[in-house]
Amino acid sequence: MEKFTTHTGIGVPLRQSNVDTDQIIPAVYLKRITRTGFEDALFSAWRKDPSFILNQEPFNAGSVLVAGPDFGTGSSREHAVWALKDYGFKAVLSSRFADIFRGNSGKQGLLAAQVAQDDIELIWKELENAPGTQVTVDLTSKTVVCGNIVAPFEIDDYTRWRLLEGLDDIGLTLQHESDITAYEATRPAFLPKTLPARLS
Amino acid sequence: MAKTLAEKVWDAHVVRKGDGEGANAQPDLLFIDLHLVHEVTSPQAFEGLRLAGRKLRRADLTIATEDHNTPTLDIDKPIADLTSRTQIQTLRNNCAEFGVRLHSLGDAEQGIVHVVGPQLGLTQPGMTVVCGDSHTSTHGAFGALAMGIGTSEVEHVMATQTLSLKPFKTMAINVEGTLRPGVTAKDIILAVIAKIGTGGGQGYVLEYRGSAIRALSMDARMTICNMSIEAGARAGMVAPDETTYAYMKGRPHAPQGADWDAAVEYWNTLRTDDDATFDVQVDLDANTLEPFVTWGTNPGQGVSLSEAVPSPEDFGDENAKAAAERALQYMGLEAGTPMKDIRVDTVFLGSCTNSRMEDLRAAADIIRGRQKDPNIRMLVVPGSARVRLEAEAEGLDKVFKDFGAEWRFAGCSMCLGMNPDQLDVGERCASTSNRNFEGRQGKGGRTHLVSPVVAAATAIRGTLSSPSDLDPAPESAAIRTDAA
Repeated sequence: MEKFTTHTGIGVPLRQSNVDTDQIIPAVYLKRITRTGFEDALFSAWRKDPSFILNQEPFNAGSVLVAGPDFGTGSSREHAVWALKDYGFKAVLSSRFADIFRGNSGKQGLLAAQVAQDDIELIWKELENAPGTQVTVDLTSKTVVCGNIVAPFEIDDYTRWRLLEGLDDIGLTLQHESDITAYEATRPAFLPKTLPARLS
Repeated sequence: MAKTLAEKVWDAHVVRKGDGEGANAQPDLLFIDLHLVHEVTSPQAFEGLRLAGRKLRRADLTIATEDHNTPTLDIDKPIADLTSRTQIQTLRNNCAEFGVRLHSLGDAEQGIVHVVGPQLGLTQPGMTVVCGDSHTSTHGAFGALAMGIGTSEVEHVMATQTLSLKPFKTMAINVEGTLRPGVTAKDIILAVIAKIGTGGGQGYVLEYRGSAIRALSMDARMTICNMSIEAGARAGMVAPDETTYAYMKGRPHAPQGADWDAAVEYWNTLRTDDDATFDVQVDLDANTLEPFVTWGTNPGQGVSLSEAVPSPEDFGDENAKAAAERALQYMGLEAGTPMKDIRVDTVFLGSCTNSRMEDLRAAADIIRGRQKDPNIRMLVVPGSARVRLEAEAEGLDKVFKDFGAEWRFAGCSMCLGMNPDQLDVGERCASTSNRNFEGRQGKGGRTHLVSPVVAAATAIRGTLSSPSDLDPAPESAAIRTDAA
């Protein structure tokens, strides 16, 4: 995973709450077996509407999405994160993220920064009054800067550390492989195994 | 120290305790007892293993099935949609390469992953269960800690059989009282979500408690736990009891003989201690609950069926007001319209929420001897091939077909329309599934989430209806009070 320290890019105000994963990427795009190339799928239903924010310059070149509360609710599809990244987003700001979406973002190097709703409102106004305003998301200091607005954001320490270091999760866990092996030896015998198959 | 059920299950699975506070403090590493796999969220994970030269650590704790893309008609023919066919074939290749047991289309154990696990007896109390699917919360009905994960975590579990998990908070959902006839588990969970909101459960493991929960069957408990994710929760659980054990006993992968006794002894410890405390308590009165239905585009936008479509002005919060305005526009609804005046085009009985035997029986009991509204199309999609076989053995297929409903093969189907079962633009559906998001069941489709008995009554009357709205059936078909 690439290291993430700070990013500056055009902010995109998405004035909507409960942006669910079916809106971020509809299920029809989940049939693909690749991990990249999902940029066309991002918000595909909404992008058919010419007035949608990503169909307007300069927002179509945005890389920091500023959304309403409860962003990423619904399904566990990591494709939602891949689609945002493939489109060019590096960070999403919201006052509340769905847990699985936030977890998936952390695995993929997309920064899900939790910003107080009052600050989100200020940033929305700034971005709407001066389209094209750059937003800086600094993971080192956990702050967002947009025009004259400086706002703190929340992210859990462990995800922040992994993003800053660009570390691979599986590699980190496998450092503790002996613990896993030791645990496996203690599992009760009554627990089920899928193999061999026992059929009804 | 006194513990909640969730804390007990968590503590029993800690492979390596977290490092506590600090910038690079790793969270607890938990062992995963069962990994369920399907075709949509696994291909990139298998590919990741291959690229890194890693092995699948525990094929014997992994099981796969085909469900999201599978057609519910003509299942003996090649899948018409090429990308769907490729995705299914990719799963078959991956399972063969990594030695994973797979139940393919046509196999008697194929079906929705969350129906298959419990029906085989692989889901058991006290286990940790994960799947690259948010509705994994279903398995919490057995007192398992069951969570949906993304593809990166799927790969992590494949490689290590563990997950690093952040600590959770606990929420008790206390449902006391007795459900009235025609009111079901689905109505309980829709009412809970309307009460706490789609983000209300965020960061929490919910434990459903109280006399109304204890009175529910396993199928009904699965319906409730299934939709925990729609409240944003990390998981939902019900403590195991005699109902759980009776369901488990004799299932193919349930423990046998001395193992059964040892298991039951352990399972009996899986209850929240009397002096344990929850971070939050939520109470719901089962006695006064009515059939529930959604009017909007998230599962929290629901009301009692006897109420009317709310007005955006009813919401104090500006974001909720804007969301309601947008939802009414998308749904093509006017504020103030009685919910029961809303005419629907399609009724979908299926999905991991409501596609088990009890759901099919409850709907069949309503429609038996009655006529379908001629303008309604009704799809009945059993949750698994096994459920379909059992239903046919009871003659339920005939009840549905005589009524004029389509009796389909098992899969996720119209819950998310990854196969050809989709709504058209503007088509309105009463659906027993779990999500009423914009376009979820097909581009431009409009979804009202309902229980199986409301779905059945709606198919008869053509408008959103509860069983109590029906005229008596010619040959009296009693409404089951224990229905899912």
